[in-house]
Amino acid sequence: MTDALVPLMVLLPLLGAAVALMLGRRQRAQMAVSTAVLAAVAAIAAVLLAQVDASGSGIAVAVGAWPPPFGIVLVVDRLSAIMIIISALMLLGVLVYAVGQGIADQHRETPVSIFHPTYLILSAGVFNAFIAGDLFNLYVGFEILLSASYVLLTLGGTGERIRAGVTYIIVSLVSSLFFLSAIALVYGATGTANIAQLSVRLAQLPQDIQLILHLLLLIAFGIKAAVFPLSFWLPDSYPTAPAPVTAVFAGLLTKVGVYAIIRTETVLFPESDLSTLFLVIGGLTLAVGILGALTQADIKRLLSFTLVSHIGYMIFGIGLASIVGLAATIYYVIHHITVQTTLFLTTGLIERFGGSTSITRLGGLRRASPMLAVLFFVPAMNLGGIPPFSGFLGKVGLFVAGADAAGGPPASETLGTSSPGPEWLIWTVVGIGAATSLVTLYALARFWNLAFWRPKAELEGYRSRIIDSVQEAPAGATVVATRTTPVLMLAATAALVALTLALTVFAGPLFELSGRAAENLRDASVYVSIVFPGGVR
Amino acid sequence: MTASLTLVIVAAVLFGTGITVMLERSLTRVLIGFLLVGNGVNLFMFIMAGAPGLAPIHGEGVDPDAISDPLPQAFVLTAIVINLGITAFMLALIYRSWWLAQLGERGDLIVDEDEMAEDAEETADLYRSSEEDDRAVQAVLEASDEDGGRG
Repeated sequence: MTDALVPLMVLLPLLGAAVALMLGRRQRAQMAVSTAVLAAVAAIAAVLLAQVDASGSGIAVAVGAWPPPFGIVLVVDRLSAIMIIISALMLLGVLVYAVGQGIADQHRETPVSIFHPTYLILSAGVFNAFIAGDLFNLYVGFEILLSASYVLLTLGGTGERIRAGVTYIIVSLVSSLFFLSAIALVYGATGTANIAQLSVRLAQLPQDIQLILHLLLLIAFGIKAAVFPLSFWLPDSYPTAPAPVTAVFAGLLTKVGVYAIIRTETVLFPESDLSTLFLVIGGLTLAVGILGALTQADIKRLLSFTLVSHIGYMIFGIGLASIVGLAATIYYVIHHITVQTTLFLTTGLIERFGGSTSITRLGGLRRASPMLAVLFFVPAMNLGGIPPFSGFLGKVGLFVAGADAAGGPPASETLGTSSPGPEWLIWTVVGIGAATSLVTLYALARFWNLAFWRPKAELEGYRSRIIDSVQEAPAGATVVATRTTPVLMLAATAALVALTLALTVFAGPLFELSGRAAENLRDASVYVSIVFPGGVR
Repeated sequence: MTASLTLVIVAAVLFGTGITVMLERSLTRVLIGFLLVGNGVNLFMFIMAGAPGLAPIHGEGVDPDAISDPLPQAFVLTAIVINLGITAFMLALIYRSWWLAQLGERGDLIVDEDEMAEDAEETADLYRSSEEDDRAVQAVLEASDEDGGRG
């Protein structure tokens, strides 16, 4: 019975998109369809999570009853279910926000009726990527979400968005070509694209061929996850899109890449040992990203840089190659999806209230809107890692896992046969991580001080070394006339802020759940036994 | 696994030329480069099927070892469809960016007026021609009536 629910998570958004497209002229019906679809997917994911968590393994559904490895297989285990449920909740929250914005602007910002269908197709792609049990199906999931994201990013077709969109699209195309070539090579080497079967067959290949395939896949996923040397496209392309679109992209799209990297490390190449590479890359991502954030005057660009930077935490967690590290990474991914989405939505509200997103032009927001101040302050402190918020808990979890790994973990704690990197390297990255957290806090506190605490009267002729040290967005911040902010937008943002707080309140059970999800990833045989209960031929 | 050397060389040439063209600044060339590399990758994937064999239709009297591997072909078909969609989007993007580069943001407004004037002219033409047509048809009908009356 529940098996039938699995494909529904992809089918419902796709069908919903078709219906929404047909209802193009009836805004209200369109909104009802997309909200209902996303709520249904969230509910399905909750049911599935409860089921796979109780059973301890997972569900594999052979599409069209073609037995694996011949047909496409969809796999839901704890990690997939967690990712889908959190994504569905985020997509739902942002959708409500976008509906509110659309009503307030009489759909000037998001013209025509394509927003809802495209948004649903994006969701379908994200969900498909999370449950793909086949490398090629993962590629198709990526392409679905990317094609939809191209449309959303260039919505309205203004010069600024086209310019930003071109960077994003070309980088994504290159990453897709990498991924497809990697699939071709993997297929040539093993004769299958089924992930579970690959995990057995790849291990039989010579080490050097394994390494080439491994790195090719990592490059393709690394571009999507915006990991350090491959991250330069992100701050240039995300900030120009409409606020809800940026929020979804920032929250979800990079995490799809991180998810794919986790799968690559734990299922496809559990034997291959790249821990040291991961630690170095993680440290560099943390440091380079946050240094970029320091020099930004524009809050959207600042947040984009912190987004890149904090991906480093997840890469660090994966590089620890231990169950605890992976558990902390999963918790951190959940935290980061929620808080980053919420912050971008709040930024959208700031833009409406203050008419700008640059700290040189904002002032007196606390007095103008105490509600907005709360909605910004809570997630900002959360991202900065102030106790007792989930950002603090996630980072502590990662650092503790780092300390464990550096001290030589017991064999029961490690993943597969891989060993953690050298001890000094782990401590260095932990140090960079702590420093990054502080610098994030500094960057956000600076924005808070100037935009919220500084009285509006001081704005004229304000001089400070802080202002001198930052630079404006290259395209020049667009000044948007202050418009009314509808209750719906505030409510959606408030609901997401409440969700970030819930991550703190329920941190204990969530950490345990992440721990159980990580336990499933201990070695590839768990995943393989979900798809092939009788063993691989 | 055996593969045709010609196909390998063709794929390599497609990769090489495609990447070179993709590095140009012009968006159109980037698209052409993407298409070349995309086809290179597709060909590459096709090569991975190994030596060509019989049509992959499973039936009686068909040796399963003699048929060619259908899976890479299915992959290639999917990839071609995806490339087609992306190409269509890229063409729209190129047109839009050309438009903005030529006319700027104000281009949209200028064209609206032009188009309205054109539309008005076209409508007027349409009415004029249809009136003329009506008159001509009327004349023919009357003429035929007169003919019929006589006959």
